[in-house]
Amino acid sequence: MKKYHSSYAKKRTFKSALVEKTVKYFFFLNGMISVLFLLLIILFLFKEAISAISGIGIAEFFKNVQWYPTSDAPRYSIIPLLYGTLLTAIPATIISSFLGIILGVYLSEIASGRTREIIKPFIEIFAGLPTVVIGFLILAVGSTFFQELFNTGTRLNALLAAFGLSIILIPTISSLTEDALRAVPDNLRMASYSLGINKFSTIRNVVIPAAISGVSAGIILGFGRAIGETMIVLMASGNAAELTLNLLHSVRTITATIAGELGEVAYGSPHYYSLFFIGTFLLIITFVINLISELIIARMRKKLKKMN
Amino acid sequence: MNNRFKENIKKKSSSDSIIDKIMINAIRLFSFIVIIIFILILGKIFYEGIGVINWNFLTGIPKSDISKGGIGPAIFGTMAVSLIMLILAVPVGIFSAIYINEFAKDTFWLRLIRASVNSLAGVPSIVIGLFGFGFFVLFVGKSIDSILQTGMFFGQPAIIWASATLAVLVLPTIIVTTTEALNSIPLTFRQASLGLGASKWQTIRYVILPQARPGILTGVILALSRSIGETAPIMFLGSAFFLPNLPLAYLDLSFIQIPIINPADQFMHLAYHIFILSTQSSNPTLTEPFQYGTTLVLVVITLLLNLTAIIFRFRFRKINEVVKRNQ
Repeated sequence: MKKYHSSYAKKRTFKSALVEKTVKYFFFLNGMISVLFLLLIILFLFKEAISAISGIGIAEFFKNVQWYPTSDAPRYSIIPLLYGTLLTAIPATIISSFLGIILGVYLSEIASGRTREIIKPFIEIFAGLPTVVIGFLILAVGSTFFQELFNTGTRLNALLAAFGLSIILIPTISSLTEDALRAVPDNLRMASYSLGINKFSTIRNVVIPAAISGVSAGIILGFGRAIGETMIVLMASGNAAELTLNLLHSVRTITATIAGELGEVAYGSPHYYSLFFIGTFLLIITFVINLISELIIARMRKKLKKMN
Repeated sequence: MNNRFKENIKKKSSSDSIIDKIMINAIRLFSFIVIIIFILILGKIFYEGIGVINWNFLTGIPKSDISKGGIGPAIFGTMAVSLIMLILAVPVGIFSAIYINEFAKDTFWLRLIRASVNSLAGVPSIVIGLFGFGFFVLFVGKSIDSILQTGMFFGQPAIIWASATLAVLVLPTIIVTTTEALNSIPLTFRQASLGLGASKWQTIRYVILPQARPGILTGVILALSRSIGETAPIMFLGSAFFLPNLPLAYLDLSFIQIPIINPADQFMHLAYHIFILSTQSSNPTLTEPFQYGTTLVLVVITLLLNLTAIIFRFRFRKINEVVKRNQ
């Protein structure tokens, strides 16, 4: 009886140990799929970008400042596209940082619990609104309204695209700001109040400085999202690859160029490879931006740990 | 002296409190302006779009005269692409999260996987679309064609490649939300199960996964809503503006024909439909109500999905809070 029992237990352990091990490797392999696809994206884009460099020459991408890939004497300069990207992303980040931080402060420091519970999900919903919807609204309503307001020559321009981008950036920045402010320990606020300092000064001089890494990480993440966003700029920026610093001119961004031209390009042509080159460029920019914001967030966590 | 000091304090604090009030109310005002703009945006879409919504519009096929046609194939195509996307992405995402939260120790591999998921989440959707076009369509598809000798069957934009690309796009969303859901389950649950002699796999299968179900569902719904709204990646992955036929194939079982989604077909898609309608319409004043109508359908679908996700998450948190409090 005893013998039977022990052999049974042994058999069972052996079998279940096998199952356990198999299960673990199965889950591990699934986890590696993300790694695999990230590597594939990087490898594939770089491979095609290198074909572009060897076919067209890297100098071509940074001189001549013109993007005319389909003309008889094609020009593949990324500079006007970079101008267009920054000319939409920077104003958008400025507008939405201002409003997003205010909204975050309101939600974290001023609004009552009940108000916050209603407003927060409403804003979160906006962060998930399809960007094509905002692009459409800008075409249908915003552009005419805007043209009458600023009396601009072109109906679609960089500033209009920046306003559209702000609509999706404000929720991102405000919810990250709110998270950062709420992570600030309450005893800092109490200490400030007990010194007789009023609410606004406390927010400005105590709470925001304590949460500044989180807030700036939100702004940087927002900037990254603005650079990578496609539909809004494709529909609202006017898509003229013009080298300009005037916000009221039409511009063409990197993302809109890829979206607009990849459908018509011949496989294996210099134009095809040049689109992969600017895509790789975009990937590197957003990668660096995300890395910076992650480093800042990691630093904030450390700092808050010390405070507590 | 003492009196003047007191007066000074009073003066300072009263002017201080006025500035304080002004600034606090300014913050309130700006926040309300932002919220009102958001409400106006939603209101405009509902107000302009609700008029054209009827059964014929929702289910009818598109016609050259837009006022007689509908967006049925676009709704169907959106659902078909998202369904295949979910089939591809959800199991991998959940299994990855289980590895990250339940099995992995803090080793090189875990850090590698976490870093990859974070980086993948930050890749712009247009770059993923570019990758999907170059990799799935031109590399994988063409390779399948040359191996199976199917000519130009797989090596062209189609539902399956759009779904695969969107799956890569939403994989980080699913992994991150599922990891959070698993992580929020109290350690005592695991200890109790292991203490009863259950193995690790049994603990995951019978204790942790059922407990984390609402949290996992939140992630799946968020992924679904995100994939429905993404336009940029699918623009060159098989979405078409005008396809009166649904992308269906018939499974012939001699006595009955079962319609299934044909993954090698092109498709109509709500988001892409809105893009084309609003940028390439020949008669904007005539088609505008229908543009609003299509937008309304897309907005309502994503809003409902996001709202469901928020409610699920809220309930999930509450349940876990109650569990933790009762311990």
